[in-house]
Amino acid sequence: MRDEDQRPDPDALLAMVRREEEGKRRGQLRIFLGMAPGVGKTYAMLEAARAKMAEGLDLLAGIVETHGREETEALLYEMPALPRKRIDYKGHLLEEFDLDEALARRPALILVDELAHTNVPGSRHPKRWQDVEELLENGLNVWSTLNVQHLESLNDIVAQITGVRVRETVPDAVLERAESVILVDLPPEDLRQRLNEGKVYLPRQAEWAGENFFRSGNLSALRELALRSTANRVNTEVLVYRQGHSIQTTWPTAERILVCVGPSPTSATLVRAAKRLADGLHAPWHALYIQHQPGGGQTSRALANLNLARELGAQTHVLAGGDVARLIVGFARQHNVTRIVVGKPLHRRFTDLLRGSPVDQLVRLSEEIDVHVIKGQDTGTPRTAKPGALPKPRWKDYAAAVSVVGLSTAACFAMFPYFELANLIMVYLVGVMAVAFWLPRRASALASGLSVLAFDFCFVPPRFSFAVTDVAYLVTFLVMFLVALVISGMASRIKAQADSAGQLERQASELSGLSRHLAANRGTASLVQVARNHIAAVFGCKAFVLLPGASGKLETAFMPSDEELISSKDHGVAQWVFDNEKPAGLSTQTLADSDILFLPLPGTDEVLGVIGLKPLDEDARDSLLLPDRRRLLDAFVHQAAMALDVDRLEEKAKATLMEAEREKLRSALLSTVTHDFKTPLAAISGSAESLMALGESASPEVRRALEENIAAEASRLERLADNLLRIAALESGAVVPELKPVPLEEVIGSSLARLESILAGHPVRVDVPPDMPPIPMDEVLMEQVFLNLLENAAKYTPPGTAIAILADTHRGEAVIEVRDTGPGLPPGDHDRLFERYQRGDRRGGGRGDGRDAEGYGLGLAICKAVIRAHGGSITARDNAPSGARFTMTLPLHHQS
Amino acid sequence: MTSISATILVVDDEAAILRFLKPFLQAEGYSVLEARTGREALAMASSHEPEVILLDLGLPDMDGEEIIQALPPWSRARVIVVSARGREQDKVSALDLGASDYLTKPFSLAELAARIRALLRRGATADAPPPASYRFGDLSIDIEAHVVRLGDEEVHLTPTEFKMLAFLARHAGKVVTHGQLLKEVWGKHSQGQEHYVRIHVHKLRQKIEHDPARPRHLHTETGVGYRFKE
Repeated sequence: MRDEDQRPDPDALLAMVRREEEGKRRGQLRIFLGMAPGVGKTYAMLEAARAKMAEGLDLLAGIVETHGREETEALLYEMPALPRKRIDYKGHLLEEFDLDEALARRPALILVDELAHTNVPGSRHPKRWQDVEELLENGLNVWSTLNVQHLESLNDIVAQITGVRVRETVPDAVLERAESVILVDLPPEDLRQRLNEGKVYLPRQAEWAGENFFRSGNLSALRELALRSTANRVNTEVLVYRQGHSIQTTWPTAERILVCVGPSPTSATLVRAAKRLADGLHAPWHALYIQHQPGGGQTSRALANLNLARELGAQTHVLAGGDVARLIVGFARQHNVTRIVVGKPLHRRFTDLLRGSPVDQLVRLSEEIDVHVIKGQDTGTPRTAKPGALPKPRWKDYAAAVSVVGLSTAACFAMFPYFELANLIMVYLVGVMAVAFWLPRRASALASGLSVLAFDFCFVPPRFSFAVTDVAYLVTFLVMFLVALVISGMASRIKAQADSAGQLERQASELSGLSRHLAANRGTASLVQVARNHIAAVFGCKAFVLLPGASGKLETAFMPSDEELISSKDHGVAQWVFDNEKPAGLSTQTLADSDILFLPLPGTDEVLGVIGLKPLDEDARDSLLLPDRRRLLDAFVHQAAMALDVDRLEEKAKATLMEAEREKLRSALLSTVTHDFKTPLAAISGSAESLMALGESASPEVRRALEENIAAEASRLERLADNLLRIAALESGAVVPELKPVPLEEVIGSSLARLESILAGHPVRVDVPPDMPPIPMDEVLMEQVFLNLLENAAKYTPPGTAIAILADTHRGEAVIEVRDTGPGLPPGDHDRLFERYQRGDRRGGGRGDGRDAEGYGLGLAICKAVIRAHGGSITARDNAPSGARFTMTLPLHHQS
Repeated sequence: MTSISATILVVDDEAAILRFLKPFLQAEGYSVLEARTGREALAMASSHEPEVILLDLGLPDMDGEEIIQALPPWSRARVIVVSARGREQDKVSALDLGASDYLTKPFSLAELAARIRALLRRGATADAPPPASYRFGDLSIDIEAHVVRLGDEEVHLTPTEFKMLAFLARHAGKVVTHGQLLKEVWGKHSQGQEHYVRIHVHKLRQKIEHDPARPRHLHTETGVGYRFKE
């Protein structure tokens, strides 16, 4: 629907681009349009197809009805044809167009005859034009045939002209969206000639009414319709072209049409009339239904009419309230409507005499808006229920009204001795107001009348008789009655508005409840749970969610308990919804025999899954048809989909971030390793080269110093390589610590032995209680921990500094400390010392001789990784009075 | 040098290793053979009957266990396996399959020389009956009398501890795996109970070492087993 036709605007251009883009993906539709059966549409289509075939185009005759005509059949000769699908329907084997096979074969062009055909029940779509839509959406080019009387908006006109109502209709949008329409024309006389020769096949259906239909006058009228439809299309094409090519000219001001529909069958006529009007004016149009009371047969008939309007391209709305005319005008103003289409009431009602009919009011209120009043054509259905009919009170309501009047009377009896009569009237009016507020209008009207009668009978002298002594009381009665009526009218209007406002408020709070819950949850499982619980509660349905698996196909229900709800057929519907990104099932146009409504969950770049709703009862099923409920449902589904989408994107972002973090660590490791390796390597190669260069000239002392340097740096490289291998193995998960109970002094002993030369200058005290139990550990990894801690202690303290290793048990854990009395840890966060690949910044007040930062980061990082893998902890702090203190805890018992 | 021209087969695929090992070992007075692959090593082991094989566990064509098992049955060669740190399990398997000792790469040449000497010495006394008593510093062990003394004081050992100490003393200088000790003291069917060994070694150390965390005799070979040093 174009919103503005008057000038080329960016939106329109964008829409055109989109249309063109869509056109690229979408298949192209060509319709061979004729005025009546027998003009030779199928023949024309096949002839054109043969020409394409001769050009070598890959075409397929999807379904072609030859009706046994020889010349038509001859055209099918050697044309690849799709075998028909056989469908078992109530014991009969019926043949139908095989949509799935057609989609599977993917020909460049497919011929699908008779666009208006109604499919055998149980097919995917009720109508063949829907099959064609699906073909187009899947990028297949389609040629089809159509008679003009099957066009939805012309349905009434054709019925008027020919006296035959055609039940198989095609939405006008299908024709409007066809890339090309070819008019197959034949002068009426020639057609009649062919008919007489028996060359025209008449379908079985009685709807053709034989000869009558083919009267010359009818045919001429139909021919005109066909020509006009085609001409109309040309107009539209010109318009689209103009917008695209910025041709300046004056355009008519924008029109907007509003059609008011009710439950009456005549409303369908109104809808079609509005459609024709809108088409003629190239105007967008709306259809509105004013609802008095939810539920009931009235509503569902009105909704059927609304649905028709939607199919014809209208935006549909439902409002609730009592004052029909005011609501309509309010809506019209809000939507900039220029013309309102309403039906002429078939019967006048009593209340119309008082206030005028809703149509009269509408005309009065509408001011600058044109009101088109159209006489509804009665199509034979005896129902004459009118739009604007009030809900019928039940007998209970009347009984309640009577008892309220009784109560008022009782109260008046109590008051009678003390109050004047005028005061008693007030009591009755309060009663009437209460009835008006809680009960339907008719009940309150009854209460008004009864109140006057009761007042007269019980209190007006002579008492206990309807006779009146003072004639002035007659005026009192009249005023009392009128006041009661007005009050009841106002009260019920207030109530209706309050109800409507309450409903809006309830919807808003339901929606905000959902978003609040969604916001409070994370993860697909809990989001799905929240969404389905809310939707189930608000819409009176069982709700479930289907999400795609790794294969891209929908998997079984997300909640296992939901699986029994969904038959394999329903699952097929769900898959269709997922693939086509459109709703299907209950109360839709696609696969409508399912008792579940399936809606896609739209994500930003793809459909996330499908949500299914299975109404628990009739009311819930009907409410799914209500446009405002549907909009609320759409809002719910969108909320849920958005939450799922955000969650999904967050997960993705998190994964990306983690990957980036890993990447950062890797590069930090690389730079550490590069530095740490290069330093000893440079020392070794430098010393070696010096030795070679000096040769015999080197003094024994110099020689010795160089040789020792080589040996020392080599052993430093060795430890570095060890550390690196350990951390790589731990990180990759290749090494899982193998915990065995090992006496602590074993690892301490072997570490001390390996570091003998490095620790030579440091007195080392080991204080492990003799009864210290063995500790579950991986001795090779733990040895590394002691090697790193001891080496650090030796390296960062001046020679001669004492080192102590202390151990004890505390609350089921072994506590082990490595202490020194050196200059202590660098200032700052001591925990950062253990950060991976972090080279401690040792500028200013660092421990050690400040020669170089080598070793700390990697060594302590490994200590932490190993201790953690053992389920323990390691911390660093300053030792009193000086030095550093590394404390480890290790669990004494295996933790599973 | 103490040894009289024993033959040593060095098996390593790294030319850089061979380049320094060969002159070093020759300077130590051994005749040196070289092999780059497992196959070559096995061929030389049967044709030249070396006394010692220095076997790298990272050969391209065969793994160490295969080579040790494929040595000719008549060969009296003692195998020292060499491998990187972190491959303790490989060393244990090799030792359990009959290798005499192991070295972790990179190793000190002095250590290598000491190991070879120890092996050759043990080889010379292998056929002699085990001695009835040992003396290691102030620790003396009288096998027949079941008496252990530290200095002048008698050390009271349980039968298990004594059995362990006797076994370790008999293999002094050589690495003994947890599995070997377990099998010797507790019998064949005690596999997987290595923690017995650790606990008893712990107790033994408390009795025969002055500072159990810095043992003089009973050293831990981390991840592999123990070595009794004189």
